[in-house]
Amino acid sequence: MDVTVDLNVNGRSTTVTTDPDRPLLDVLREDLGLTGTKYGCGEGQCRTCTVLVDGRPVTSCLMTVSRAAGRKIVTIEGLAREGGLHPVQEAFLSEGAMQCGYCVPGMILNAAALLETNPDPSDEQIVEWMNGNLCRCCGYPKIVAAVRRAAAAGALSRRGER
Amino acid sequence: MRNPAIIPDNEPERYELREAPRYDFALTRRDLLSAAGAGILITVHRSTAIAQSTRPAQQSVAARVHIASDGRITVMTGKVEIGQGSRTQLTQAAAEELRAPVESIALIMADTELTPDDGGTAGSRTTPSTVPAVRKGAAAARQILIDLAARQWEADAGALRTEDGAVIDPASGRKLTYGELARSADFDPAFAQAVPDDVEVTATKDWKVLGTSVPRPDGRDVVTGAHRYPSDIVRPNMLYGRVLRPPSYGATLNELDLAPAQALAGVVAVRDGDFAGCAAPTSYGAGKAVEALAKAARWERPPQPSGSTLFEHLKRHAATGEGGGRTPRVNESGSIEEGLAAAGRTLRASYEVAYIQHAPMEPRAAVAEWEDGRLTVWTGTQQPMNVRRELAAAFHLPEERVRVIVPDTGGGFGGKHSGESAVEAARLAKAAGRPVSLRWTREEEFTWAYFRPAALIETGAGIVEDGQLLAWEFTNINSGASALRSPYDIPHTREQFLQSDSPLRQGSYRVLAATANNFARESFMDELAAACMRDPLEYRLAHLKDERMRAVLEAAAARFGWDERKKSRPSNRGVGLACGTEKGSYVAACVEVEVDRQEGAIRLLEVCQTFECGAIQNPENLKAQVTGCIIMTIGGALLEEIRFEGGRILNARFSRYRVPRFKDVPAMEIVLLNRPDLPSAGAGETPMIAVPPAVANAVFDAASVRIRSMPIRGAALRQA
Ligand code: FES
Ligand code: FES
Repeated sequence: MDVTVDLNVNGRSTTVTTDPDRPLLDVLREDLGLTGTKYGCGEGQCRTCTVLVDGRPVTSCLMTVSRAAGRKIVTIEGLAREGGLHPVQEAFLSEGAMQCGYCVPGMILNAAALLETNPDPSDEQIVEWMNGNLCRCCGYPKIVAAVRRAAAAGALSRRGER
Repeated sequence: MRNPAIIPDNEPERYELREAPRYDFALTRRDLLSAAGAGILITVHRSTAIAQSTRPAQQSVAARVHIASDGRITVMTGKVEIGQGSRTQLTQAAAEELRAPVESIALIMADTELTPDDGGTAGSRTTPSTVPAVRKGAAAARQILIDLAARQWEADAGALRTEDGAVIDPASGRKLTYGELARSADFDPAFAQAVPDDVEVTATKDWKVLGTSVPRPDGRDVVTGAHRYPSDIVRPNMLYGRVLRPPSYGATLNELDLAPAQALAGVVAVRDGDFAGCAAPTSYGAGKAVEALAKAARWERPPQPSGSTLFEHLKRHAATGEGGGRTPRVNESGSIEEGLAAAGRTLRASYEVAYIQHAPMEPRAAVAEWEDGRLTVWTGTQQPMNVRRELAAAFHLPEERVRVIVPDTGGGFGGKHSGESAVEAARLAKAAGRPVSLRWTREEEFTWAYFRPAALIETGAGIVEDGQLLAWEFTNINSGASALRSPYDIPHTREQFLQSDSPLRQGSYRVLAATANNFARESFMDELAAACMRDPLEYRLAHLKDERMRAVLEAAAARFGWDERKKSRPSNRGVGLACGTEKGSYVAACVEVEVDRQEGAIRLLEVCQTFECGAIQNPENLKAQVTGCIIMTIGGALLEEIRFEGGRILNARFSRYRVPRFKDVPAMEIVLLNRPDLPSAGAGETPMIAVPPAVANAVFDAASVRIRSMPIRGAALRQA
């Protein structure tokens, strides 16, 4: 039975009428046209489907749309701020941390969540936090470098603010 | 000049594996009538040959380069971007020859309607074949632009220069931008000319754009999620598809009731021979519908071999004859029988390599749309021309009525040479009368795509007193002939590849059989060195004349500190090295591992790898490729293995099939040896082949246990 679900995605409220058991991933991609969130496994193993739900990284392939109701969802399309890229996006770009790029949206969102909780992580902490995200092009070293770069940029801008 | 090191072994694609098309849908009376009505002659192409044209037919300049009146440049290529950096590299190539800013150039890639046939994207051929083709096309375009300006100015073409997208007359300071020249009446006829064979391209020493680290041109779309991969394509009125899969390999569909699926809201269900599937307004709905189909299906399941008997099976079916689309091969020098007889000592060993999966992050995906008997498919494939052929054959259409477009795709690694998802999406779209998007699940990708072939490799060597090699026998069963030839100087050799009966569907994988062959060869070299109490580095060098090979090996050893580290190391650690060559490039690696005998654990701590592929075209991208190869090959070396039983895959998901993750990345040092004096070879594959044997050799060094299998299973340490 279809139900009507209120969603808040990238700061906008919207409703969808759908099977409540559909994965949030599918609803984002198929109903809302937000194809930046990618499918990679459907079982929580690759995190290429990562979105932020109330600020925390969530594998959208495992979250049903009904459980996402009323919570603040941010996808890769909603990360850029005031027309400019998010510092993590900026860092992935300047570091060239992408090969096919398919894993990149999930990587960026997970890294953004890391820097929210830990603005200055060590390499070990980055690796620990990101270990659930798969990159089959195996560009891991550059991704770590990008997160490091984003952290440094954040530290700089914080210093500037003070 | 031809590079003498590129021996005929490197003929492109000879050993790329190929699969016959799976689907050949029956023609209905209506199909026949509509085709006849449209006055189209139906030709059915059954050719499965993977055509990789190394010499594209004479092409017009306009087929390669288009210049708009506002100066924007479009370059066309049949290659695809699957993460290997071809979009960047080909943009650089065009910018270099056109003397135009990288930003002014857009590439249209892999659209069978718009782009020339540059062959498939495989075999590291983009660098040696397509980069030169694009450079020639772009250089010809530049020459035409100069001539057009010379004619307008009535000046001497030889005195004019090109710079920043414009032709300049240094004498007078006059300037015409490419856009302005594109508006002249002479432009179109001039661009219709064929690219002259002898057009001159920029010498390596004068490169300004090639040889530099240009970033990916569409990187911004990647980080914002705006880039549309094949699975992201949306068409108006589109449905989502799902295919009913057999319960095991070789199963045939005896009985199927479509009614329960068709009863679901908005669902289209179709059966055509052994093909059955559904399309629905959501992929979730399509999944539910296919579950309903599965309940209503009866299958016939013939017995299938299991993984536990794989290597006996391969050995039993090893055959010297032709067949199965693959060519057995034998290289011989001297006389192996004489060599073995004359040797004082003979050693033998055999090695096993498991099936593994490419597991690109984006599984197979396609969106298919029919319009007036014409079919357009957006899909992720490395072989757009073949997929067009496959579609035309499956639907009995002339190829001109099929268009295949490959958006930049989420990974391939040799695993996307086929067009299953394209054909399946097209079949569903035909039934639905609406566009259909089909994305394979990870489980489907792990089960119904093809695998890197398993290998059984048998080696034998005859050595004389001091350990020097006199005879070398090497037989690869089932996996292929890439890098079959030993780079070592041995008077009597026989190296052969025998095909066999593969229990699983197998095909190309990044660097093909070179990983397996190099694993066996370099492990065995280490065994020989150990048997003669010689240092593995010194032993290899004593048999190596090839200067390029020596150079990478010596550089890796020096950088790693081989001599010192071999002598003094903690008891649970070991060092190993290996080298190899394939597709015209050279690689060597030194590694350090740590073993835990009780746990049966092997941890790769450090990799120092040297790589040489002639003149370097984009150092950053090259480093990314080498890094990616090293980490990916750690999977095949230590983690990955497809397990199967009775025609079913037992570990068709990431939770049961470990691939390298962040934590598996060792300390890495990569040394790129630049050889501007040599032509550039591709670099996306060969850097895979040195690490696996180096790891096996290091494990032996640490634990005195020789593990002759890939993956290198630490469990063997516990038993020893
Ligand atoms: S698709 Fe969600 S974790 Fe892999
Ligand atoms: S860049 Fe291809 S999967 Fe990460």
